[in-house]
Amino acid sequence: MQCDVCHAKEATVFLTQIVDGKMQKVNLCESCSKEKGVNDPTGFALADLLLGIGDSQQIEKNPASVKCPVCGFTQADFKKTGRLGCSHCYTVFDDGIAPMLKNMHKGTAHTGKTPAKFHMTRQRGEKLKSLQDNLSKAVAAEEFEKAAELRDQIRLLEAEPV
Amino acid sequence: MKFSRIIANSGEWLSGDGPNRQIVVSSRVRLARNIRNKPFPGWAKKAERLEVMGLVKTAVEALPEMEESYSEPLESLSPLEKQVLVERHLISREHAAKAVGSAVVTNARQSLSVMINEEDHLRMQAICCGLQLGNVFDMINRVDSELESSLDFAFDSHLGYLTACPSNVGTGMRASAMLHLPALVMSDQINKIINSVNKIGLAVRGLHGEGTEAMGNLFQVSNQTTLGETEEEIIGRLNRVIEQIIEHEQNARALLSQRKPVTLHDQIGRAYGILCHAFSMSSKEALNLLSVIKLGIDLDVFPEAHRFPVDELFIETQPAHLQKGAQVQKMSSEERDTLRATIIRAKLNQMPGPDMTRLKISVPTATSKQ
Repeated sequence: MQCDVCHAKEATVFLTQIVDGKMQKVNLCESCSKEKGVNDPTGFALADLLLGIGDSQQIEKNPASVKCPVCGFTQADFKKTGRLGCSHCYTVFDDGIAPMLKNMHKGTAHTGKTPAKFHMTRQRGEKLKSLQDNLSKAVAAEEFEKAAELRDQIRLLEAEPV
Repeated sequence: MKFSRIIANSGEWLSGDGPNRQIVVSSRVRLARNIRNKPFPGWAKKAERLEVMGLVKTAVEALPEMEESYSEPLESLSPLEKQVLVERHLISREHAAKAVGSAVVTNARQSLSVMINEEDHLRMQAICCGLQLGNVFDMINRVDSELESSLDFAFDSHLGYLTACPSNVGTGMRASAMLHLPALVMSDQINKIINSVNKIGLAVRGLHGEGTEAMGNLFQVSNQTTLGETEEEIIGRLNRVIEQIIEHEQNARALLSQRKPVTLHDQIGRAYGILCHAFSMSSKEALNLLSVIKLGIDLDVFPEAHRFPVDELFIETQPAHLQKGAQVQKMSSEERDTLRATIIRAKLNQMPGPDMTRLKISVPTATSKQ
């Protein structure tokens, strides 16, 4: 069996870790296991190692020509550094990043803190959407008085500064 | 504020008090944040880094928490000064390697520090004594909320805070506690603990974080994942694990004092003897021996009054602190080892020898399974 890191030497160290009920296996040759600190249990976490290996492979799902319009970052750069170029790269390379995040984290969606500014825009968006839905319903049901009322509310909300 | 003033006072986390402080040296929470659509520090050009630094530094310095603060671009610090900040956990080793376009801002109490242009535009951390991750998170969360009004943070409704490395995306939070676990090391249980902590997706690391060796029986336990859970959930999970480790350490201490009092007596006596009479000592040896003395204080073998001086030695005997204290720019490691031994002898001069008749013997709790 080949080593998962260098893909050259024969693997002699086999590791298994269970994260969230999923079994993850890594096979390493002697020199890679030393380099990754597998013999030193204090500095070693299998997850780190898995992430390190997984990174460069996953993002390759994007065609090589894709470039971030904001910062000029490409997938080849990610392969080299394991880091992204700017916050917009997450949108550009989404196809490659999404499965990688799935392996790395407990979930795939953020459930924690939201900046207050963002919170307000989102609330406004949600309110606007529900008003518009109600408006179409009212129009469909030919309740024009109610529709006019809703239309005024939408205009008012849209006129508010963000 | 000048660098010399930061040096003169030890951080609040060292001298302060907090829950479980005999075993939990400190609690720390750091948040990673970036400015929207600006290249991350590792990818940005020098001019772009300087632009972001200017923006962020102004915002951070304006915080009420930073009213009395130390703020410095990294290029104006000597390698030695940077190392001092690393030894105090105010900046990371990675940050110390940076120069033009990076900066550090810390408050006078050294409980709050912001690294500008480390791996992310902002890495802000709060650190406190003992186990109080919830309080520490509240501290740094307040700072984050204040900065939000002046800085446009990169945030995505689905992925949360966007970071240079995908492993930090979501909350951008790393919460950690520094644990002193001499009895688990002495009784050969530490590897078992580390393995089981790793298995549930938390990380155990050495004194200075990722990839560092465990010295002085000090271990850092932190969350590994940042996406899919709220900050409170992550901290809650971490807290529960840490409380269990504390219980295991307490049990290991109780078992040692009950079943192997001679071994314990011998280890503490030897540590005291070597520290009081050595004329040359490496920093690793110093940390390992000081750890045993610290255990002795916890077990009442040494008077409680010596706790703070011993805790101080953990920091003062680190290479950069030693050299900075000696006011010398260049020192060979032999010279440092000699100086280290001198400082330790002087400080422990006032401390009486171990009085094993005072050894605190507690009964292991029945609930724990060894």
